[in-house]
Amino acid sequence: MNGTPIPLGEPRRTSRAGLLVHALDSLGRLALPIVAALIATGGFGGFGLLLLPVLVLPAALSLAFHYLAWERRTFTLGEEDIRVESGILSRQARSVPYERIQDVSLEQKPLPRLFGLVEVRFETGAGGKDELKLAYVTRTEGETLRRLLRELREGTAEVGPAGAEAGPVEQPAEAESQPIFAMGNRRIFTFGLFEFSLAVFAVLLGLAQQFDFLLPASIWQWETWRDLAVEEGSEANSLGQRIGAISEVAQAIAMTLGLAGLVLIGLATGLVRTFAREYGFRLDRTPRGFRRRRGLFTVTDVVMPAHRVQAAEIGTKWLRYRFGWHWLEFVSLAQDSKSASHRVAPFAQLEEIWPIIREAGLEPPPVGAVWHKQSLRAWSDSALIVVVPLVLAAMAVIVLADHPVFALAPLVFAVLAAFGHWYGWKFHAHALDRGQIYLRSGFLSPQMKLARQVKLQSVEIVQGPLARRRGYAALKFGLAGGSLAIDRLDLAEARRLRDAVLESVCSVDFSRLPQSAR
Amino acid sequence: MDDDALTPLHPAHRTVLALEAALASIPLLVGATAVDLAGELPFGLFLFPALLVAAWVVLGMPGRRYRSRGYAMGEDRLRVVRGMLFRKDTVVPFGRVQHLDVEQGPLERYFGLATLTMHTAGTHNASVRLPGLLRADAVAMRETIRSHIKRETL
Repeated sequence: MNGTPIPLGEPRRTSRAGLLVHALDSLGRLALPIVAALIATGGFGGFGLLLLPVLVLPAALSLAFHYLAWERRTFTLGEEDIRVESGILSRQARSVPYERIQDVSLEQKPLPRLFGLVEVRFETGAGGKDELKLAYVTRTEGETLRRLLRELREGTAEVGPAGAEAGPVEQPAEAESQPIFAMGNRRIFTFGLFEFSLAVFAVLLGLAQQFDFLLPASIWQWETWRDLAVEEGSEANSLGQRIGAISEVAQAIAMTLGLAGLVLIGLATGLVRTFAREYGFRLDRTPRGFRRRRGLFTVTDVVMPAHRVQAAEIGTKWLRYRFGWHWLEFVSLAQDSKSASHRVAPFAQLEEIWPIIREAGLEPPPVGAVWHKQSLRAWSDSALIVVVPLVLAAMAVIVLADHPVFALAPLVFAVLAAFGHWYGWKFHAHALDRGQIYLRSGFLSPQMKLARQVKLQSVEIVQGPLARRRGYAALKFGLAGGSLAIDRLDLAEARRLRDAVLESVCSVDFSRLPQSAR
Repeated sequence: MDDDALTPLHPAHRTVLALEAALASIPLLVGATAVDLAGELPFGLFLFPALLVAAWVVLGMPGRRYRSRGYAMGEDRLRVVRGMLFRKDTVVPFGRVQHLDVEQGPLERYFGLATLTMHTAGTHNASVRLPGLLRADAVAMRETIRSHIKRETL
């Protein structure tokens, strides 16, 4: 703790400039009601002016409240834990042991960023809702806090899983080295093209509903449209004829233009959203773990200790898979803003992903790995459960209904369901190798999950009545922060997997490791 | 690892299950009686089926539930089996237990039984309960398991 500006054991407050952010924030929220009130009451003249205090008073009150709250909120870095005391009338004191802090993340929203402030979040794996956070501290203070916490935690005994910390743990300082994964603007552009999204139309629709008072009320009444149609239709009797009247070429051109516009809007939405989220994406392997920085408006800076990675997931979608693009997520107890897993490489080729996975102490499946399929019996049973009723329904239709053609619908569904189950059986596989477990599924957009067997917490074999009679089972592993399960396995295979996993879990007996790993 | 190797729970657990079922079926019987008394229909139209259901729940089911349960305490792991229709067979390695509870409900306390709960860090199977143990056994098992838990961060 050389020359750190944060002394231990002394209560400190968050940055005073944070109050300004709160004030501006609540002002921004008030802007719309003020404008609305002004419009409703007819401008600043007379009555509108009277309304102003009604709107400003709450703002002033909230600012005063924020000031008091700020004054009464302190945080203290203790020997073993970080303590935050807060509350104006009823006081709360929360202490979080350093040992239990999964990672410390810094988040910069656009407004605080203007003032050089960050929000510090301490992830404890409590499920995201009740996490400890400090809003806002200055950027340097935030980084110092994070470094300090890291150093404090290093001081505590940490008997990590054997071999998991083979990384450069002993490096003395966190040097700004080459990132292990980064995305330039070109990569993000390509990524954005695949993130085609029509979500903007949902937003527009929502806005239309919000501001429908600005539109003439009659557009929601079908009579308006009927009248319009009757009016227009007086010359050409029906809509069909009218459209028919326009030359077919013009129709085709209009449709093409419309579609092109849709595609353009979708692409633009994807690009904008992707750039906003992923701009300047950079993943570093620091002595204490993986550090990810990204964002255009809201900049986030997340550190996740490498030995807390419980499992890795590689996924893709069918179109980007054609070009070899995948994403990589790490499963851990800590949460990444909304999702449970940390997306450490959102858009990468496999040869870029494997090195990241190796850094987390995981190995890609070896070439000679023996892949096992799931139980054919289980897949065909569940196919029959869907297909047989559909076929029966089709037969009933043929016998009873006037038009046997209607039997086609259930038959088509039956064929689709049968094909889906065959596909599922064909492309689900698992393998055990080098102390790890691999699950893969899918063909058009293959997914893979990798986990070290020693990281699994429990093993469960579940059998329903049918499964018991027919001799198959589902195998569910307890994984911290995620799920790992194989749904359809022959019972013997399920037992084999369970025994193998338990063997490797129990053979690494932590109680027999030397405790003096300091 | 097959089902023969399982240790059955304490026989009093069956009684506890039956008593719990009896308590749970009281509202059903009361409701059925009330409907029968209030309605125009012949008395017993609701009460009789309700009595049949209650009889099966109290007399038939606890035995089957009891027989479907069991555990196996290994060198370094505890296996818990439960479920009549959907069988769940869970193994928790001692080294993966985060913390342990020994609980006693009022009925369990009367019969000197206890429930041992193992909490793991896994999202699935975050806590595995093993009811129907003699309290002394549960405490002994807790001590055995606890001696295997060492401080280990996730």
